[in-house]
Amino acid sequence: MREHGRSAPTPGQTVGPFFHYALPYDDGPRLAPAGAPDTIRLHGTVYDGAGAPVPDALLEVRQADTSGRVPATEGSLRRDGRFTGWGRAATDRAGRYAFTTVEPAPVRDGAAAYFAVTVFARGLLDRVFTRIYVPGRGLEDDPLLGALPADRRGTLIAMRDSDGALHHDIRLQGEGETVFLAFPGHE
Amino acid sequence: MWPMTPATQRSISDEIAQLHAAAQPGETRTRLDFAPYRSSVLRHPTKAPLTVDPEEVELAAPVFGQSDVDPTEADLTLHPQGEPIGERMVVTGRVLDADGRPVRGQLVEIWQANAAGRYVHKGDQHPAPLDPHFHGAGRCLTDGEGRYRFTTIKPGPYPWRNHDNAWRPAHIHFSLFGHEFTQRLVTQMYFPGDPLFPLDPIFQSITDEQARQRLIATYDHDVTTHEWATGYSWDIVLTGSHATPMEEDTDA
Repeated sequence: MREHGRSAPTPGQTVGPFFHYALPYDDGPRLAPAGAPDTIRLHGTVYDGAGAPVPDALLEVRQADTSGRVPATEGSLRRDGRFTGWGRAATDRAGRYAFTTVEPAPVRDGAAAYFAVTVFARGLLDRVFTRIYVPGRGLEDDPLLGALPADRRGTLIAMRDSDGALHHDIRLQGEGETVFLAFPGHE
Repeated sequence: MWPMTPATQRSISDEIAQLHAAAQPGETRTRLDFAPYRSSVLRHPTKAPLTVDPEEVELAAPVFGQSDVDPTEADLTLHPQGEPIGERMVVTGRVLDADGRPVRGQLVEIWQANAAGRYVHKGDQHPAPLDPHFHGAGRCLTDGEGRYRFTTIKPGPYPWRNHDNAWRPAHIHFSLFGHEFTQRLVTQMYFPGDPLFPLDPIFQSITDEQARQRLIATYDHDVTTHEWATGYSWDIVLTGSHATPMEEDTDA
């Protein structure tokens, strides 16, 4: 089915409507303690193809720290003060999600900074990947953004609120549909 | 607004048959656009995903360890006030990458309905009894061979509102991580011989028969334990492989 020596992957299935008592947990959306220096909010709303909020979605983010290092530190489920660079948040009844975290720095000089994101939802038969870019430097030279038509780039770039928070909506379908990603070898 | 008349199982099954007949052989991934599962209609992306080489952040899976997971979380039958009702079972298997290498020390999460087909979730309206001694969520870390193992109760099938007289085959939800962020998988494990398979638009959203079979556990008498629990085996293969992310494999 695939080339020699490779096993066929197990297909995905929807996260369904009943994940809330199993996957979300108190520290999931709090990658860094609220009120600590340098913390920001990353927040937004998930919308469906009719523009209605999706109240049963789940987001996971993976990110570098403020110095551009990607932590390989355990403790995402019981953080105990550790910054692990990974978090999970369910949307609320209005389709909103919010993380408290630090702003990721670029992992290389001149690179853009972003959150890697996985989206799950009832009605979404398999997970989808995307990115949320931090607005500002490095975006012009980013190879992914450069591969997109100008009118779709904005679906991957967060907006800066007046209080410093990052605001980013995800649209699963339709006008302004978020750019989702496929990785070679992972089809 | 007048409520729409729900589709019949026959019409849903006809839709499934038409989509399968038109599918390309070897389409082994789950379809995001699969209208017989009505909730997918407005929630699937319509544009093709952008293929991109993963970068540093995407090449690093989150790390979990002993400080995250207590070993007792792998036994869903443990409850301080008593034992759950139902068929006690063990499910075990290995988490592997596409090259067959074990994913070691990584988090596995599961959740499921009880023996009567009812979830603890407040949104579950199925008039079947809750079990005061069964919560239905568990976690573990894979061992040095990539193996997970849970003790639980066999879940029951349950009705849902996709169409008239719609029933989900019994299943356990699984959440898996790999070596890389890109390997993330959430799926459902089913039980062999379930008569609801052909009727279920979620299971049938995988158009390839062989690919669907990879979601079905095997009854394993070597896992079954004397006078205690029945046993099921189910291996999970993630996409991609560790530390050789590009290889020659860009043709799929």
